[in-house]
Amino acid sequence: MDLFLAYQSLLAFVGINGLLALSVYATLSCGQLSLANAGFMAIGAYTGALITLHAKGVPFVAVLAASALAPAIVAVPLGLPVLRLRGVFLAIATVGFGEVVRLAFVNWDYTNGAMGLVAIPQRTKLWTIALSLALTLFVLGRLRGSRTGYALEAIREDETAARTMGIYTTGHKMAMLVLGAAIAGLAGGLEAHFTFMVAPGTYRFERVVEWLVQAVVGGTAAFYGPVVGAAFLTVLPEVLREAGARLGLAPGPFRLFLNGAILLAVILYLPNGLVSLPARFRRRAAGLA
Amino acid sequence: MGQQVLNGIFLGSIYALFAVGYTLVFGVLDILNLAHQAVFMLAAFVALALVADAHLSLWVALPLAVVAGGLIGIVLERLAFRPLRGRADSNISGLISSLAMATVFEAIALQIFGPDISRFPQDTFPDRVIQIGGATASLLQICIVAISVVLMAVLTLLLARTRLGRQIRAVAESPRAARILGVNVDRAIAMAFFLSSALGGAAGVLFGLAFNSISPDVGRGVELKGLAVIILGGMGSIPGAVIAGFALGVIEVFTVAQLGSSFRDVVSFAVLFLVLIARPRGLLGRAAAREA
Amino acid sequence: MTLALAGVSRAFGGVRAVDDATFTVGDGEVHGLIGPNGAGKTTLLNLISGLLRPTAGKIELDGRRIDGLPPNRIAALGVARTYQNIRLFGGLSAVDNVVVGEHLHRHAPFWRHLLLLPSARAEERTARTEADAELARVGMRERASTRAFNLSYGEQRRVEIARALAAHPKLVLLDEPTAGMNPNEAAAVARLVRDVTKQGRAVLLIEHNVRLVMQLCDRITVLNFGKVIAKGTPTEVGKDPTVIAAYLGEGA
Repeated sequence: MDLFLAYQSLLAFVGINGLLALSVYATLSCGQLSLANAGFMAIGAYTGALITLHAKGVPFVAVLAASALAPAIVAVPLGLPVLRLRGVFLAIATVGFGEVVRLAFVNWDYTNGAMGLVAIPQRTKLWTIALSLALTLFVLGRLRGSRTGYALEAIREDETAARTMGIYTTGHKMAMLVLGAAIAGLAGGLEAHFTFMVAPGTYRFERVVEWLVQAVVGGTAAFYGPVVGAAFLTVLPEVLREAGARLGLAPGPFRLFLNGAILLAVILYLPNGLVSLPARFRRRAAGLA
Repeated sequence: MGQQVLNGIFLGSIYALFAVGYTLVFGVLDILNLAHQAVFMLAAFVALALVADAHLSLWVALPLAVVAGGLIGIVLERLAFRPLRGRADSNISGLISSLAMATVFEAIALQIFGPDISRFPQDTFPDRVIQIGGATASLLQICIVAISVVLMAVLTLLLARTRLGRQIRAVAESPRAARILGVNVDRAIAMAFFLSSALGGAAGVLFGLAFNSISPDVGRGVELKGLAVIILGGMGSIPGAVIAGFALGVIEVFTVAQLGSSFRDVVSFAVLFLVLIARPRGLLGRAAAREA
Repeated sequence: MTLALAGVSRAFGGVRAVDDATFTVGDGEVHGLIGPNGAGKTTLLNLISGLLRPTAGKIELDGRRIDGLPPNRIAALGVARTYQNIRLFGGLSAVDNVVVGEHLHRHAPFWRHLLLLPSARAEERTARTEADAELARVGMRERASTRAFNLSYGEQRRVEIARALAAHPKLVLLDEPTAGMNPNEAAAVARLVRDVTKQGRAVLLIEHNVRLVMQLCDRITVLNFGKVIAKGTPTEVGKDPTVIAAYLGEGA
């Protein structure tokens, strides 16, 4: 039990990062690389924090719903011009959006600018995060056999061919952008009520890249892949910190180095992510048998 | 007002130099090299070490650091980009592997130089000031602009007039066709990375001199500005990057003067966003996508 | 079902890839589109399916203008197609490709899947069964779970046809469906095309296999340099001197 409490914080972040990795996966699943999610997370976090701080008595569920809803609404006018862009241009435009959101919060006095909001009551429990994660996984998992799920895969593989099959690609891409925004907002609300604070610095562009990496390292062929990646890459630095301490190395550079090296190894040698490992072992074993 | 234009040109020359390398690699490989900013940072540290520890003159250290940047670029290409060539998802995986390398580079810099801000020694550069019209420019600023312009001109000439330049441009058009025509594609790409990283490294040294502040995370701030520049200029267009770099420098200085320094970064992203919405190919970018 | 093209042109810069094309395709008809390479045949298919807009003229399906509509709306009106370079979803299995083709007539809304309703499960099963049946029609049933990029060229073409037919279209556009096939496979495709039209659907077929076209098609339109140089039954077109001249050097 003590062990559990000690690692509660770690588990919470595994869950939150899992949600964020899934939010990036949402758009990746139909072939769109959207890096706006730090901005969406910020909107969700600030919305939830403001409601909690200024409207006493609002149940946490409602606060979280608002955290998810606010960025989802913002995603629509963002998506209309931006989803027309191809590949890397879409990615860059969404990065731009995320940074504009962050800078807007930095310059907004009502929310204390760069200092952000503090003393947010810790309403998030481990089970809230687990439940949110389970719910999100359920929704994404249910897409698989459905008409929508097939359409998303088609769009990812060949958007033009998908259109000539009657698939309304713009609508599907928008739906996933909105869904990703809602998931990111939910994660933002959860994190805000776990770490007691929201500050613009938390929602830097670098974080979206972390979530993208988690999604890719976990594997985007399966809807649960991003969560595996998030777990792996959230726990890894902690493990490395222990190892580094034992080896007597300065913690910062060593962990950073290994993070980078492991990431490189995964992307070069395990392109379909960690979830493809079991299949590879099976094939290897079958080859040997 | 003239002062601000001058300051804008000065800032813009560094942005342009950084962006030119960035856009060169994108033009050749269709991949965004997220480690470019790490090479920027490492070259600055190399120059610093050569001046502060090896007591070399800046005029020796600078070219050495630039070459070092180029060599790091070759290593980067070999480790992080070449293995991915031909993979269907090479855009995203290239992004991630370059990011991994950037992390590794940053870790190395952290280990060797520590996290705090390092500065060039006091006497690295003469402290002279010159009057131009009604405005003041330091000798340092003028030299930085001059060096940037010279380097960018050298690159442009190299690409336009030399055999290597033609080969790089051929690969940028179509690697398959280039290979059929007998171009050593691997070597051309490696050289493109050398040039790109050398220029990025030069930008780093100049930046370090200009703001007298070098730290392992110094590249991060410039990275996104660089992105705004290459989008504005047009992905893959070197003249575009040059024009856009200077333009962004001037725009940024004017914005800060009018609206305050908290808007310094907003303007880059506003520009980025507007360009992508209104005219995604930027000022001088090609409208068509690159063939296989 | 009637497809009617009237004065359709498409220019790229100064080049007219399609120049003032006029012809019709009717119910249950197999209509061949032939001509030398670069004559504009694929461009015509791209115009009909909505991937390109005409720079002049109009295209009507059952009296309703479809030029200018987005491709997914034209597909919804009953037009399905295959591609000259084969555009299967490489990472998906053969059967999954065909299931995507069923998109337009799968109707279980997503919330039913979310609520785990049995009707949604049943719908999933039906979709796969139907897809299997379509694959069987093209003789690809045994390879249903193979990834599309692992299939041979001829196999991929057949799966693409199955995918197009899975949409229950009124008009099927086939772009060189027998390219790269041996005579047996080509004959099988020809039989399939005949079957398809028995159900009242129409087929517009680009082909280089002129003998096949002559045997299979009810009517033929011949293109050269983007212009329609002949129209009519196979017999009429076969005797037309301009057609013969256009094909000299192609070895008709």
